[in-house]
Amino acid sequence: MASLKELRNRINSVKSTQKITSAMKMVAASKLRRAQEAAEEARPYAERMERMVGALAATVLGAPGAPPLLVGNGRDQTHLIVVVTSDRGLCGGFNGNIVRDVRKQVRDLREAGKTVKMITIGRKGHEVLKREMGDFIVETYDSVAGQKGVTYEEARDIGGRIRELFDHEAFDVCTVVYNRFKSAMTQVVTHQQLIPFALPDTVETGVGTGAGRAGAAQAVYEYEPSQDGILAELLPQNLSVQVYRALLESYASEQGARMTAMDNATRNAGEMIDDLTLTYNRQRQANITKELNEIISGAEAV
Amino acid sequence: MAQKVELELVTPKALLRSLEADMVVVPGGEGDIGVLRHHAPMLSTLRPGVVDIHDNNEVSDRVFVAGGFAEVTEDRCTILAEEAVPMAELSQARAEQEMDAARKAAQEAEGDYAMRKAEQRMAVAEAMQAAVQEK
Repeated sequence: MASLKELRNRINSVKSTQKITSAMKMVAASKLRRAQEAAEEARPYAERMERMVGALAATVLGAPGAPPLLVGNGRDQTHLIVVVTSDRGLCGGFNGNIVRDVRKQVRDLREAGKTVKMITIGRKGHEVLKREMGDFIVETYDSVAGQKGVTYEEARDIGGRIRELFDHEAFDVCTVVYNRFKSAMTQVVTHQQLIPFALPDTVETGVGTGAGRAGAAQAVYEYEPSQDGILAELLPQNLSVQVYRALLESYASEQGARMTAMDNATRNAGEMIDDLTLTYNRQRQANITKELNEIISGAEAV
Repeated sequence: MAQKVELELVTPKALLRSLEADMVVVPGGEGDIGVLRHHAPMLSTLRPGVVDIHDNNEVSDRVFVAGGFAEVTEDRCTILAEEAVPMAELSQARAEQEMDAARKAAQEAEGDYAMRKAEQRMAVAEAMQAAVQEK
């Protein structure tokens, strides 16, 4: 049995841990709210962008000379995986899930004889992946979500870098892997193909099911300067927007995951404190009883 | 003018304007475009410049955009701007600040992509200055 002093120390240390975890939970909760707002605000832009790309893509798909950003460069040899993780830990399985998924993907691709390259965003994922497959990592970004949260400028830089690599034919297919925000409790590891751009289903069906007006309008757009000219600007922009969206989702997921993890930790600490306090009190009582016994038996002996 | 055109001005950060106006003048990549209701459907690139919103026979609102795209349909004009600042919030000081930042970026730029980006930034800063002076 541990001594009373030891128990007291133990209880105090668990109590201070609990204070930290509950503070972290609170911080994560307020950051989560802000992250969700940011994701919400970015949505209209992304939706309209998608609609535009969808409208344009429908007309150029299958046509010869379609831009490679949209239809790919015809090869499927080198895969670039953009891995989005967080800079900080203590957020449950958030980073672990991503890393596990990437590891599996890399193994599958290599078994199929493909070459793999990687861009890591976020320090945590980088640390783990560097150890296992540092040779594949071509670029690293960290602290994407700084004090202000995710900014579009950062997404644009990353998008620009991806485009640059693509222009130099450093890879053929680009996929981004991130945690999609489902609720504060659940994050879903999501793969999204950026190059060639995989049109969301909603866009493709949306063209057909839209009211007559929309259907008719879709077919007869005028382009200024030209269809190719617009695509040449729209596609890179779209790439950045998709990256931005992934970053926002990931950031919101991170805060959600941390909030849940810290909530659990706080609760566990509470249980531990209850247990320890019980043991402490029992021990204290036992000590008192023992002392009383000693006094009484001493008195009887006299 | 009974019939108005719906305008939506969105940036990656927010839906900045969503309103109805008589006419919207958009700085298109190949010249300004005045959009009224029943304009032919069109997609256009934008150059850095000012979007004028005309309503009730006056310019009711002006927003500076740093490039992007415009989608015009029969009853709607959607502007996707990379960055947008209402003219009311723009000042000489802000434009100069932007100009300095652009110059600095141009000096530090290395590689194709950074150079292109710095050039773009320069163009935006110049357009911003022009817009401020005009104001």
